[in-house]
Amino acid sequence: MYFPAFCRIQKVVPMLITRKVEFSASHVCRNPRLSDEENRALFGAAANPHGHGHNYLLEVTVEGAPDPVTGMVLDLKVLKEILNSAVVDVYDHRFLNREVTPFDQVIPTPENIAIDIWNRLAPHFSNARLHGVRLYETPDLYVDYFGEPV
Amino acid sequence: MIRVTRTYRFSASHRLHTPARSAAENRELYGKCNNPFGHGHNYEVAVSVRGPLDPRTARAVDIAALDRLVRQQVLEPFEHRNLNTEVAAFGAAVPTSENLGREIVRRLAQNWSAAFPENGPVLEKVSIAETARNTFEVSAHEDE
Repeated sequence: MYFPAFCRIQKVVPMLITRKVEFSASHVCRNPRLSDEENRALFGAAANPHGHGHNYLLEVTVEGAPDPVTGMVLDLKVLKEILNSAVVDVYDHRFLNREVTPFDQVIPTPENIAIDIWNRLAPHFSNARLHGVRLYETPDLYVDYFGEPV
Repeated sequence: MIRVTRTYRFSASHRLHTPARSAAENRELYGKCNNPFGHGHNYEVAVSVRGPLDPRTARAVDIAALDRLVRQQVLEPFEHRNLNTEVAAFGAAVPTSENLGREIVRRLAQNWSAAFPENGPVLEKVSIAETARNTFEVSAHEDE
């Protein structure tokens, strides 16, 4: 297929696009195989069995070359819909340990939440590649996950 | 691997001035930052750490241990201090954000093995913002 020269230049330039969404959820960080005392020592206030919550901020970055016809890496409306259906609808205003798999089995640390969000999002992208997820648990703490095996 | 970034704040004063240049050259080079009486900033320091997930805690870094290390090595010695006169490293080096970032990396790296287990998290970089408009990133793996 023939592309004008400027289109071919666009095709080989990968770009990163980041979209933010927020969700609020509660969780408990404790390892059921450890004692109450060990859990308190490891997780501090986050081990409180009654749970506590955060306003999470999620930044999702996708990578791709702009489409030669549309000039877009991907349709941002579609990205918004993916983020809402795959993440926000699942996580927002939920108690993660009780209401969101795999957190009945896995401790919902921000590290594990970032991995789970990556796993939920990755299958939705074809033209653009999921590059990274950045999850802020508070404004002063965030984790980055780029899909490598952990 | 997961990267965890934690942000800390401290307030300090400094003056940018190099004895290797004349007074006029210093004024030209550093502008307002060369004011002989000094001036201050609310610094924001983001420490990025990379590590495997600890199977016991599902965490890449023990945040409490990181907080302790940063408090001891950075916040306590720098908070409400005059960096030029009260922090030894800036007797010789000009306390630009670049040098401040390097000094923070050096202090964390030197005390890292006492704070974290072997095969645990590694220090990746330190970002330092002097004001909201300027951020400096110092890789922990750069040769000085």
